[in-house]
Amino acid sequence: MLNVALPKGRLGEKAYDIMARAGYECPSLLEPNRKLTFENPATGVRYFWAKPSDVPIYVERGVADVGIAGKDILLEYEPEVYELLDLNIGKCRMCVAGPADFRDDPSRTLRVATKFPHIAKTYYSARGREISIIKLGGSIEIAPILGLSDVIVDIVETGSTLLENDLAPLREIFPISARFIANTASYKFQYAEIRDMVEKLAKLV
Amino acid sequence: MSGPMNTPERAASALRQLYAGYGYAPFKVQKFERYDLYAEFRRFLESEQILTFTDTDGRLMAMKPDVTLSIVKDTAAGDMRKVFYHENVYREQRRGEGFKEIAQMGLECLGELDAYAVGEVVMLAARSLQAIAERCILDVSHAGVVSGVVEDRVMTDEQRAAIFAAVGAKNIPALRQLCPDDATAETLAALVSLYGPLAETLEQANTIPLPRPSREALAELETLSRQLSVYGLDFVNLDFSVVNDVDYYNDVVFRGFVAGAAQGVLSGGRYDRLLQRMGKPGGAMGFAVYLDRLERVQEATADFDADVLLLCASDADAALAAQTAEKLRVGGETVRVQQSAPAHMRFRRVLEVKNGEVTAC
Repeated sequence: MLNVALPKGRLGEKAYDIMARAGYECPSLLEPNRKLTFENPATGVRYFWAKPSDVPIYVERGVADVGIAGKDILLEYEPEVYELLDLNIGKCRMCVAGPADFRDDPSRTLRVATKFPHIAKTYYSARGREISIIKLGGSIEIAPILGLSDVIVDIVETGSTLLENDLAPLREIFPISARFIANTASYKFQYAEIRDMVEKLAKLV
Repeated sequence: MSGPMNTPERAASALRQLYAGYGYAPFKVQKFERYDLYAEFRRFLESEQILTFTDTDGRLMAMKPDVTLSIVKDTAAGDMRKVFYHENVYREQRRGEGFKEIAQMGLECLGELDAYAVGEVVMLAARSLQAIAERCILDVSHAGVVSGVVEDRVMTDEQRAAIFAAVGAKNIPALRQLCPDDATAETLAALVSLYGPLAETLEQANTIPLPRPSREALAELETLSRQLSVYGLDFVNLDFSVVNDVDYYNDVVFRGFVAGAAQGVLSGGRYDRLLQRMGKPGGAMGFAVYLDRLERVQEATADFDADVLLLCASDADAALAAQTAEKLRVGGETVRVQQSAPAHMRFRRVLEVKNGEVTAC
């Protein structure tokens, strides 16, 4: 039996769709109910929904043998897991964004609002730019509008939210897509099952 | 009986016996070390965070984050040493968690390292896992196989580090993106995809076209595999994604897992380059067992805090209570004596000393 952590939301639903097509169905998963775990003994999987940023934690700590997590989350938390497959879904970009006419004044500390402080710090320290991180939990776009920050480091999917607020992506940091990850110990002890799953998924992505 | 030794304690005592059985001597190190040592060999450490303080003479000192460096430093050039240690080290386990005291047990073999010594250390690592849990796996690799593939490719240090990180995460899409050419990417992808029993998987590895340094590394693994077959260890696997810091670990490397622990519990390898940097001849190999990660590896947690709770009010017959407790304990049961039942504790049965006799409650 493999425990699978799925990220709550649209990405998780897409990921489950691939899992189902690969032969790991679990119809009860999509029924509206309050259950937290969903098991299908016939296909040998037990699913559970987790907050997307928590998926790597469940996998690293081994309560989930495998899981699906965005590259953004993996780069932010750097969990010790195997990254076995790029599922090519949930594609977007990690970007620096700000007012379309933004001009960086290098004589001042750059104020950066973000949900991803580690990524932002790594990106700017590699460029030697002095920044001050403003960690926010959501609605990042509002920070430069209200003057809380100069720029933001955030996920950009279509860019329409930015555009509606007179903001624009200024620089791409890296492309993002969903990855299939595995716990390192589970990979050893349930090698055949996990390998089988990876191969079936690989045919569909 | 309830309240047996927990897994880390049991493991430590079994490992001590195992290592002593092969002539390894216990080695006691001081808790403190001069900070300079770690500053110089920072990359050898698992975590770069070091807990420092100023000694009374003004020198900057460190609470040991690692024991190996101290052992190597104290070894005279040319000496053959076989030692093991059981110490607390101080480091940050996960980013943001702060410093922790971590119980660690380890073994080092320094000096004229020959094929036999290499095999012996790997065997001891494997048997260490066996002593901890019934289901275990030791993954073995040779750093030279992967580094041989990228060695003569032109790339920056950062690029090289990113490639090794991708190898460590078995991240094939990243390898395809990072490698300077397709041939390198495909060779590395083929290597990290291999996984299985050492002897058989080595045969598969031999079918991959590899540069000469990598083939030489494979040949060393074959020698190791032959020696390991003598010991009858059927849980040693080949896994080229085992990479420790390549600046120091240049040879055989390995990592151990036990069922019930979500992360590796043992890590080690051959680190001749550390000796070279310290200006010492010879070779060095060793491993560490992370005892703190074994806490949750247990068949089941004890169901009871003690077998018997013996209630004995302050005015009751203390001598009778003592006599009863002694009798129970000699009979193999654990006993806790106190005035009233404690909250949040469980016992198999409860007895009470009252009016000069012992009654069941």
